[in-house]
Formats: sequence, structure tokens, C-alpha cells
Amino acid sequence: MAYPQAAQPAVASPPPAKVILTSADLHRVVDRIAHQILEKTQGADRTVLLGIPTRGVPLARRLADRIRTFEGVEVPVGVLDITLYRDDLRLRATRAVGHTEVPSGGIDGQRVVLVDDVLFSGRTVRAALDALSDLGRPSSVQLAVLVDRGHRELPIRADYVGKNIPTSLTESVKVTLAESDGADEVKLIGGAAQ
Amino acid sequence: MIKHLLSGADLDAETATLILDTAAEMATLAGREVKKLPTLRGRTVVNLFYEDSTRTRISFEAAAKRLSADVINFSAKGSSVSKGESLKDTALTLQAMGADAVVIRHPASGAPHRLANWIDGSVVNAGDGTHEHPTQALLDAYTMRSRLGRLAGLHVAVVGDVLHSRVARSNVLLLSTLGAKVTLVGPPTLIPVDIATALAPGVQVSYDLDAVLPTADVVMMLRVQRERMADSYFPSAREYARRYGLDAPRMRRLAEHAIVMHPGPMNRGMEIAAEVADSPRSTIVEQVANGVSVRMAVLYLLLGGRGAGAAQ
Amino acid sequence: MSSYLIRGVRVLGREWTDLLLRDGVVAETGPGLDPSGAQVIEADGLVALPGLVDLHTHLREPGREDAETVETGSRAAALGGYTAVCAMANTSPVADTAGVVEQVWRLGREAGLVDVQPIGAVTVGLAGERLAELGAMAASAAAVRIFSDDGFCVADPRLMRRALEYVKAFDGIIAQHAEEPRLTEGAQMHEGEVSTRLGLTGWPAVAEEAIIARDVLLAEHVGSRVHVCHLSTAGSVDIVRQAKARGVRVTAEVTPHHLLLTDELAASYDPVFKVNPPLRTAADVTALRAALAEGVIDIVATDHAPHAVEDKECEWAYARPGMVGLETALSVVLSTGALHRDGEPDWDLIAERMSRAPARIAGLAAHGHDPAPGAPANLTLVDPAARRVVDPGELASRSRNTPYAGTELPGRIVATFLHGRPTVLDGKAVK
Repeated sequence: MAYPQAAQPAVASPPPAKVILTSADLHRVVDRIAHQILEKTQGADRTVLLGIPTRGVPLARRLADRIRTFEGVEVPVGVLDITLYRDDLRLRATRAVGHTEVPSGGIDGQRVVLVDDVLFSGRTVRAALDALSDLGRPSSVQLAVLVDRGHRELPIRADYVGKNIPTSLTESVKVTLAESDGADEVKLIGGAAQ
Repeated sequence: MIKHLLSGADLDAETATLILDTAAEMATLAGREVKKLPTLRGRTVVNLFYEDSTRTRISFEAAAKRLSADVINFSAKGSSVSKGESLKDTALTLQAMGADAVVIRHPASGAPHRLANWIDGSVVNAGDGTHEHPTQALLDAYTMRSRLGRLAGLHVAVVGDVLHSRVARSNVLLLSTLGAKVTLVGPPTLIPVDIATALAPGVQVSYDLDAVLPTADVVMMLRVQRERMADSYFPSAREYARRYGLDAPRMRRLAEHAIVMHPGPMNRGMEIAAEVADSPRSTIVEQVANGVSVRMAVLYLLLGGRGAGAAQ
Repeated sequence: MSSYLIRGVRVLGREWTDLLLRDGVVAETGPGLDPSGAQVIEADGLVALPGLVDLHTHLREPGREDAETVETGSRAAALGGYTAVCAMANTSPVADTAGVVEQVWRLGREAGLVDVQPIGAVTVGLAGERLAELGAMAASAAAVRIFSDDGFCVADPRLMRRALEYVKAFDGIIAQHAEEPRLTEGAQMHEGEVSTRLGLTGWPAVAEEAIIARDVLLAEHVGSRVHVCHLSTAGSVDIVRQAKARGVRVTAEVTPHHLLLTDELAASYDPVFKVNPPLRTAADVTALRAALAEGVIDIVATDHAPHAVEDKECEWAYARPGMVGLETALSVVLSTGALHRDGEPDWDLIAERMSRAPARIAGLAAHGHDPAPGAPANLTLVDPAARRVVDPGELASRSRNTPYAGTELPGRIVATFLHGRPTVLDGKAVK
């Protein structure tokens, strides 16, 4: 989920949309990140994947699935809901709290890889780091994202990036996944009319 | 989300379920090392208590503090209308202090409704006179759901002084909204007039506890004050206990899975026997723990956003 | 004394005519009267009624001058079309001596806006224990004929019997606030579905009906007159109907608010709707309207009960019961349609229920007379076509506790004359 949502341009016609990653591209990107995680974590030893809702969760599951396929390693997957840690709660109507699920082995002493779909301002990740520190003490924390669209507002960077997409603030990045939206695709929406 | 929580009737099934689900998430906090969330940092919650109720006040205080809200306890007990500050003047003071929420316990029915007219923040009714106590009903519903897995279709017997019970009114409203069937049981003197139609359709009334017990999934015993004897609501504590008290032989009439609840504080030996209160069927201790989770959920849903609006 | 020519008015809604008021009486009537020497008041489209008479008004003076005074209450009455009001005895000190009733009577004369007829307390201090000096009050300058502990019931049956008997000596009447106190301890509103829902202690209808039933039997037994204040339930109507059929000398009043409002309004917990007896159910309202039209209920009386802001801007249970009503009474009665015939106001019936009958019960000889040659010039002019939205800030009463704030009501008092002099002109008090 892109966060905060980029302002939509005030035009009457539907904003132009451009496909950045097709379904096939998206699968290749996930495969690559899975390989990179294996490489940088010495075969995913003592590693836990925590997906950030909504779309970080199926992405984390896919990564775990690819890692199992590639090396036969079972990586624990959990869910880290960050709603109660957000710094923008007062800007919107009350959000429903999601479910946080820590794998049975816990996260103390583990290498935690946070997984999200889009990295934008960095505030979601900041909230995730706060939430994580209330849950336990990992040995280290890494970040995997499908898309990095720039415009960071905090000193945060990703360890694994599927694709860097330079964007304008008037544009938004729309990720859809088969699990949550019926199809795999990444689109760039809006921006100056051509 | 609603702006205030004044009555069980303020909650439709969707909102009530959202509160219970949120409370379930809040409950996971209890097992963590760090039991605090930063969510309501910078928000001010005032506990405005015109009656002594240590357990309710502490429960709200713990809930607000676990969400990092600033908590101000304002005990107004003893400040009678004649000599103390009026509720309206107190409201203006709290307004000036920037209270984001006021949790009010008051001996006069409807006092929270009046307060809500006078302040901009949210008002949470923590028990008003003989009217309502909606967070108690929410924690009761939460307790039933966690013990029995569901609310829809449950048969809940609410037993005792229904006439003077704010817990009973809120429970009837909320449980009916969530699809449970409620039977009110007590001596006719303690069952309010027109109760079967006043609160929710389908509410049953019985004067015979023994007849109700075998089909009940939940028996909720209400506190009965001994002073009611003086007003001839019943002849004696002994007769009351014999007809409407839950003792061990009566408990054996319950179905295997049925649970026994009590909002506390209990009169052991009056409405409930010690061996019932301490039995595995009893949820009395859980109710206290669940109270904090439910009140966290309520405070989050009232204060966790820009203002009144639907949760996304 | 100046004279006034009211031109083109419809007396009791009949054919238009002129009315010449001179020397405190209606001097002449008929179309096309000579206006010379008289101040002319154009009354095209207006209806003339005998000045309204309120048998039940709380003027609060002496004691609670912050809520109302004889003068402010009189002005409110004049603006409501009243030329006489009966001032209830629950002042501080209580009007239970000749001294207090004479004080109220004198204050009324000084204000000069309506005839203020004091009511005396039945028992000393309204305590319900021993009779006040009823004879002294009757013999005073105030010439008290109505006695009432209103606010409290004369609950002791022996005391009530004695009071009913005693006042026969000077043709007095006991006006009973019918409320069995043991059945209404802590009561806040009508006992029923709404009180159960709101968790407010109920005021059961039977608490009123039991006292009315007892009192009509007592009045029958001792051959006295009894008047029932603010009758509020369908059951009370039945009891009074049966008593009248048996020949008991009972009269009854109903308030405008009991003819219009119901207990559902308590759901706001706004004490502006708290009143004693409480607002009842829609079924009671229907029965009261029918009984008023039929005559089982004899009169409309306001139970105008002003209260200071702090006595209403508080928790329901701590608020004082009562509503102001003088300035809205006729409009509220019109809005209920209770005294309509064929969809139009029956002005003759309205005059009967709001002027003639109350004047008869109270023994006010100068009031309750239709405008006709020789009759005292106590009358009011109503614009039946006007509508107005009630604004508490515009009330002449010192208090603001009207339950009709923001409500649009039909009818408007344009002018009121007391003993031939205007107290209200163009809808405004002249002083």
C-alpha cells in the first residue's frame, strides 16, 4: 500500500494508467528477491518474514514459498499490523485494527525481514519498526519491497527492491495481487496528461 | 464510528462486532512484555466519577494508559448539586482543559447525555443511575464470545434486580442486537414495567429461575442490594436467595457448557453462592481482564481518528 | 377614561362587527359605529374572545423573583390573551396566611396587566399536616376562594375531607394536585415503556387516578366542590366522567402541554420536558383531547411554572419540574385541534374552556363574559391566520423553560384589554 496516498489530480476523466510490472515481471521480481534474501542471510538461517498488511502479507508468503522451492528451507511468516503505531491517525477517520501474528518461534534473536508492496515516505516502515520493538528484540531488521517510488521523508532504505520507479507526487503506484485483488500487476496512475 | 458511547442502543451489529474484534487484538497485548501502545499519545482522557467505582475507574484508566493517553482522574463524589459545581460548569472546565474524551460515572440517569451537549469531545457512559453501562455489556459480550465461540443464538438469562440495573439494560440492548436471546428473571417487583417491549423485541420475562436454567447458555447474576428489602421489593435476603440465588444445586441444572457471569461486586450468599462464584463455570475474573481490552477498543475507536466517522 | 373602537372584528368567529369600549365596559356593538373620540383599532381578520382566565399559574413571588415576578408573569399572561390568572400558593413564604395572599393581590393590582387572584394554601406550609387559616384568607382583601397545596397532594384523606367541608362556609373550592406520594417517591417521568428504557423512576398513572377516585368520593360524601388540577391520564378522565354522571360537583383542568406532548420527549434527558404530572403517552393525549371537547374536562389551565436556568440546565433528576405556558397556551390548544369543529377552531368552545368556565369555577365575576353591551371590557383579539416560531429569548416571562422552542405554532394574540384598557397592542405589551 502506498502511504501516504499521493494526491489525485483534479481531472474529470479517469487518470492515465501505465503498466510498470506485468504478472510475469512480478513473478520474476519475487524470485529475484527470494534469491537475494537467501544470499544475504546465509540460506535464510534464523530468519523470519513479517508482512505488513494489506499486500505485504501475500508477498511475504510468496517469498517464503519461493525460498522453500529454491532451497527447501522453511522460513516462518508472520503478519505485522501497524495501525496502532501510525503517526497519521488523526488525519483520517478511525481505521480498523488488523491482526498481528508473530510466528510461534517469536522474533527474539531472529533476523526479521519486513515485507511491503510500495516504499514511499518511509512512515509505514517507521511505524513497523516501533511495533516490532514492542514485540521483541530481533538480532537485525531488513526491509523488502516490491516497488520503491522515492520521496522518502525519513532516513529509511530498503535492503531488497523489486523495482525502482521514479514518480511524481501527483502520481500513485497501484499494486494488485492475485490473493487480494484477483490479478498480479503494478500500475502507475495519474501524473501530467500526455 | 460513533462519536459518543452513551447507550447500548448506539451500537449496531457491525459497530459492536468491530469493537469486539478490536478488543481481541488489544487482548494480545496482555501477553506481551511491553503492554503499551503509542496510539493515543497526546490525547487526554478524563475519568469523571460522581460515584465510587474503583474497579470501573481503574479499568478505564488502565485502558487509556495502555494506549498512551494522558489520564486525568476527576472525582466529583460528594459535590452535591446544592453545594458543588454544576455538571454544566464542570463540563465547561473539562472543555477548556481540552479533554478529548470524558468517561463519566454518575448517579443520575441521562447525565452522560447532558454532558455530551456541553463538550466537543467524546463522552463514554461508565454507568448512569439506573439507566445503562454500555462498556460492561460489551465486556460481557466479549466474555461470552470467547468462552462459547459465538453470540448469535445464545440463550442468556439475566437474573435479579433488573429494575435498578444499568448492566441489565445495556446487556439486553447489545445482546439483542448481536442475535442472542435474553430472558430476564427476578421477582415481579424487580422487573420494570413494559420491559418486554421497551428495549428490544423478543425479550422474555420469567419469575421462575429453575425453569429457565436448563436452556440457558449464560446465566448473568445481577447484584441485589440488601437495602431493597426496606422498600418491600422482597421480604428478606433469605427468601430472595432461596428463590433467585444461584447455588450449587441450581448450578447443576445448567447445561454442561453453560457459564455463570457477574458484573461484580458480588454479594456472596445472596444472589450467588461462593462455590458457584469460584467454580470453573464462573467467568468473573475473566470479565475484569476483558474489561480493559474492551475499553481500549472503545477508546481507540472513539479517539483513534480524526473524529466521528466510519472505521475503514 | 379613553375609549377604544375595535373595528371589523369577528366576536367568537361570527359575523364581523365593531366594539366600542368605554369606562371599562363594552359600551356598544354593531357594524359601523361612530369612531369619534375613540382610539380606533383595526381588527380586520381578527377574532375577539372574552379575556382568557388561567386557573393555575405560578408567579413565584414572593421568594423566587429570579424565576418570575407578579409583574413579569402578568405581562406574559397579557401577551397570551389572559385578563385574569389565579396565582398558586407555593411561594416562599407559602401563601397560607391572609398577609401573603394580600401581598400577591396587591402586587397584581400594581402591575395592572391582568387581574391576579391569589390561591391560598390548604395546609400550613403545604406540609399536609394541619389546615391553614382558610377563612382568614377568604375574608382578606384578596377574597380567596380557591385553595390548593399544588406541588403537593393533600394526601391525608381525613385532612382532605375536613378541607372540603370547611370551605363550604364561604363557597370555597379545593383544587387538588392529585398525586399519591407513596407511589411517586423519586419519580421522574411517566411510568411505562419509556421510563423503563431511560432508567428513570416511574410516576404511575394510578398515583393520580387513586387520589382523584378518592377525592370525588369524599366530595360526594360531604357534598362539596372539588377541582382536579392538571388531569393527565385517560384513567383519570374515566373517573371524572363517572363522577359527573353521578352528580358529583367535580371540575377538572388539563394543561396545554398534556394536550400536545408525550413521554417520548424525555429521551433527550432535557429537563425542559420534565413536569409534574409528567408527560404521558399518546393514548392519554388522545383521551384528554376528547374529554376536553366533550366537557368531562372543564377547562384548560396552563400550570405556568417558570424556573431559573440553573434549575433546568442540569441532570434530569436534579431539575425542577414545570414549564412556562402563558404565552403559548392558546396557540398550543389551537395546534392540537382538540377544540376544532369541521377542521376550524370552534371559538365559542374555546371561550368556554379557556375563559367562561374557569371564571365561573374561580368566582371571578368580571371575567368570562362574551363582548356584549354592558359586559366588562376584558377581552382579547386573536389573529387565527398567523403562525409563529417560539423563541425562548422573546418570552416576556423571566424564565425560558418552554418546551416549544423552535416549534411553529398557529395563532397570535394581537391585543388584550383589561377593564377597557389595552395591556397588549400590536402583539406587544403596552407597559
